[in-house]
Amino acid sequence: MIFVTVGAQMPFDRLVKAVDQWACSHGRDDVFAQIGPTDYIPSGIQWTKFIDPENFKLRFKAASVIVAHAGTGSIITALELGKPILVMPRRASLRETRNDHQVATAEHFRRFPSVMVARDEVELASEMARITGIQGIQAVGSHASPELVGAIRGFIDQTN
Amino acid sequence: MADGPVRTRSGKKTLLAVSSGGGHWVELIRLMPVFEGHDVVFATVNEAYRSEVGSARFYTLRDVTRWNKLRWVQTFGKIAWILLRERPDVVISTGALPGYFALRMAKWFGTATVWLDSIANVEELSMSGQEIGKHADLWLTQWPHLAKPDGPYFRGTVL
Repeated sequence: MIFVTVGAQMPFDRLVKAVDQWACSHGRDDVFAQIGPTDYIPSGIQWTKFIDPENFKLRFKAASVIVAHAGTGSIITALELGKPILVMPRRASLRETRNDHQVATAEHFRRFPSVMVARDEVELASEMARITGIQGIQAVGSHASPELVGAIRGFIDQTN
Repeated sequence: MADGPVRTRSGKKTLLAVSSGGGHWVELIRLMPVFEGHDVVFATVNEAYRSEVGSARFYTLRDVTRWNKLRWVQTFGKIAWILLRERPDVVISTGALPGYFALRMAKWFGTATVWLDSIANVEELSMSGQEIGKHADLWLTQWPHLAKPDGPYFRGTVL
């Protein structure tokens, strides 16, 4: 299964449409998308507007591939569960978010071999083939770096 | 200091961990080893996240952004109530605006504060993250290139 998620806050029709078209033209009937608060109705994929955190995790675990906006929640969850993820950053100029921070987030997470980035819908369609072929991903641990944990714990210990 | 309980240097503290949803919550949960051995209380924007924190005390806040100011009063009130009820020793947030409110209010009570700016903010700190600087006793970014001599500091990441 391919799980698509755009987060709960804003729609991201450009991403959903691109995956919908790709699924239709490739005869994929195993795509499930969480599409957010939008009026756009996908034609060839299963969808829901919102999903609660528990079902989000279940969908995530059941999926072989994740396609998402470049939100850290989606990316970090994919890393934790060892799932390949293809992200497309939201663009402020298209009113998909308030600023272009997702562009930078996507670029920096690209250093993980299981994270792929599509800059636009055209790239998304071409990268779908590659992301669905990625295998044998090492999941990251579930906790922050020891350095960060130590720094905050040290701070807590010296408060009084 | 007032006549509160005297706590030892490395004793068990009450921590209030605050975040909004999505990535902010995912990042907060990755700080679990920070909370170990302490009494941690969570405040976040989605009741369904409760299942991820076991038996820890858990409060829900209405989510607020810069754009829905009418809700601010409710969230402000709830945070004040939580602070009065839990009397945390340290308030920790990974953002966004609800965490900013919590840290600002915590300082009115003289409570120690930690701000960990989201790893999503690669090119500059979030607006909340910039403005919280002078109110955060420990002010952290997750990107070395955003660190400055007087803060925010880089001390590792949630990954």
